[in-house]
Amino acid sequence: MKLVIGLDGQSSGEKALEFAKNLANRMESCELVVVYVIEWSPFSFQTPEENAQRHKRREEEIEIAMERVLNPAVKTLTDAGLTARAVVRHGDVADTIDNIAHDEGASQIIVARSSAGGFSKRIFGSSTANLVMDARVPVTVVA
Amino acid sequence: MTLVFRFLIMAATFFAIAVPASAQEAAMTLDEKVNAGFSAATGWFVNLIFMSIPGTNFPWIVMWLVIGATVFTLYFAAVQFRFFGHAIGLVKGDYSDPNDAGEVSHFQALATALSGTVGLGNIAGVAVAVGIGGPGATFWMILAGLLGMASKFTECTLGVKYRNEYPDGTVSGGPMYYISKGFNELGLPGGKILAVVFSIFCILGALGGGNMFQANQAHAAISGITGEYPGWITGVIFAGVVFAVIVGGVKSIARVTEKVVPFMGVLYVGAALIVLIVNFNMIGWAFGQIFAGAFTGLGVAGGMVGALIQGFKRAAFSNEAGVGSAAIAHSAVKTKEPITEGFVSLLEPLIDTVVICTMTALVIVISQQLIIDQATGNYMLNEAGSAIATVDGNTGVALTAAAFGSAISWFPFVLAIAVILFAFSTMISWSYYGLKAWTYLFGEGKGTELTFKIIFCIFIVIGAAASLGPVIDFSDAAIFAMAVVNIFCLYFLMKIVRKELASYSARLKSGEIKKFSH
Repeated sequence: MKLVIGLDGQSSGEKALEFAKNLANRMESCELVVVYVIEWSPFSFQTPEENAQRHKRREEEIEIAMERVLNPAVKTLTDAGLTARAVVRHGDVADTIDNIAHDEGASQIIVARSSAGGFSKRIFGSSTANLVMDARVPVTVVA
Repeated sequence: MTLVFRFLIMAATFFAIAVPASAQEAAMTLDEKVNAGFSAATGWFVNLIFMSIPGTNFPWIVMWLVIGATVFTLYFAAVQFRFFGHAIGLVKGDYSDPNDAGEVSHFQALATALSGTVGLGNIAGVAVAVGIGGPGATFWMILAGLLGMASKFTECTLGVKYRNEYPDGTVSGGPMYYISKGFNELGLPGGKILAVVFSIFCILGALGGGNMFQANQAHAAISGITGEYPGWITGVIFAGVVFAVIVGGVKSIARVTEKVVPFMGVLYVGAALIVLIVNFNMIGWAFGQIFAGAFTGLGVAGGMVGALIQGFKRAAFSNEAGVGSAAIAHSAVKTKEPITEGFVSLLEPLIDTVVICTMTALVIVISQQLIIDQATGNYMLNEAGSAIATVDGNTGVALTAAAFGSAISWFPFVLAIAVILFAFSTMISWSYYGLKAWTYLFGEGKGTELTFKIIFCIFIVIGAAASLGPVIDFSDAAIFAMAVVNIFCLYFLMKIVRKELASYSARLKSGEIKKFSH
């Protein structure tokens, strides 16, 4: 059994994590993949200077996501005796989570309903809805 | 270090001439002084670049660019047509590894390079070309655009292959890097010197076509609506905004522009299409004029050759193929295959010249702003005999505005906004190209970067204050001077690109390089 957990770095993501932990604890063997997607589009417009610094910025964004969101989440799960690993990727949130779940052969995706903050709501609120509509794997939305 | 001094002396001389304080000239306005000083300081350089081939009135530099583009087209067996579909696939992201998401995409590199080239060349430059060379100039412009795709392919592939990647993750690339590294690799002498010469011309091109011409035409567009006022006022405002972006790091202004510019581009093409649809019964006639004019000249100054020179010149100035500027913009892309960036870049001359420039030319021809002598069917020349007479005596951006205005009355206002934004985004792009050449010469560092950025802003004021003639001449000359060095070096380096092309197309055929399912 493999579960993909989509986190958004907000407190509502904690609920999704908690839910997944409880679910995994009830199973005999379960692998958990904790995913954080950095919203990014290959079709945006940038200045030459932004392009030149893009690689550096990308590394920084990945590092921050690992440090602040994924590493603590993975630690919570492994401390509970579960097998967990982290994946961070740039892209459209809904598409990317679905692709990862599909490629990993996961049996379920677990995400939070919608986060509280304005900015993350803009990103993750609609992404949850998109994910539910388009995912190729069952999705559990944690309230 | 001697180079720094030489450049400073040059700059000092320039300003000494540009701002003379003699009593005799006190009667001249500031704008006139700047103008007189400017043509005196740059005339020799312009004459050298635009010298005619002995016994003809054909400028050698135009020949140089077209021969270059033709050689690359033949050498790579019409790569621009064979790999056109593949280029579209790359831009769409069909071949992008999802694990590399977050790096600069092919689309972003293309969009950034395009925002540096789509601009006044497409609006004002085409009007100048059609105004002097007649509709026939359009034919030669399209031909030059199609050939130029191969030049872009060559230089952008090399730009990515030989860029510098720094430990902090940032990149610097462009002709100066591929010339010095590539020559070194091939065991050829003189790479370093050629790279330095290119960099000097690139700085001049950045200050000329990438700056003064833009400021100048932006002022023309604004004063066309508000009425005449001194150019230096526009210059100071523009310089202030550009300063805020490139020195102050006010990213929000650049970000807004980068988003509005593509929108303006679409709006411009959309408006051109509307004018064409409204006059759809004239489209056949307009193409007839373009073909007839291409081979007979239809009475323009210089006849067929006159049309050809204008068409080739404008195409080169507009899409910058062979100039080397795009290689600087494209080198930021993170890709395992440098040649993919070459494929993507070959779309630029197509979009810039074959689509957008042709739209402008068609609108000008169809709107019948150019006066035809009904008796002969040829175009009438103006009093000086230097250009075709127009309905209201308009030239440059004013001619384009009048042509659009004849079909959509309020469009000149939109056009003025488009000109200002295009000018601004081109300045931002060229400030980066110039900066890369500057740091290649003087080394990376905050202090050296700031020096260039301040010089860049000063030239905006000069460009807005000078009159069109000397500015357009110097802008063309400086940008073409870059092409002299760049194309010369590309002849030596093109075999490196051919090796890449052979390897890549073999792997594409064998299925080793395949699309990713997204």
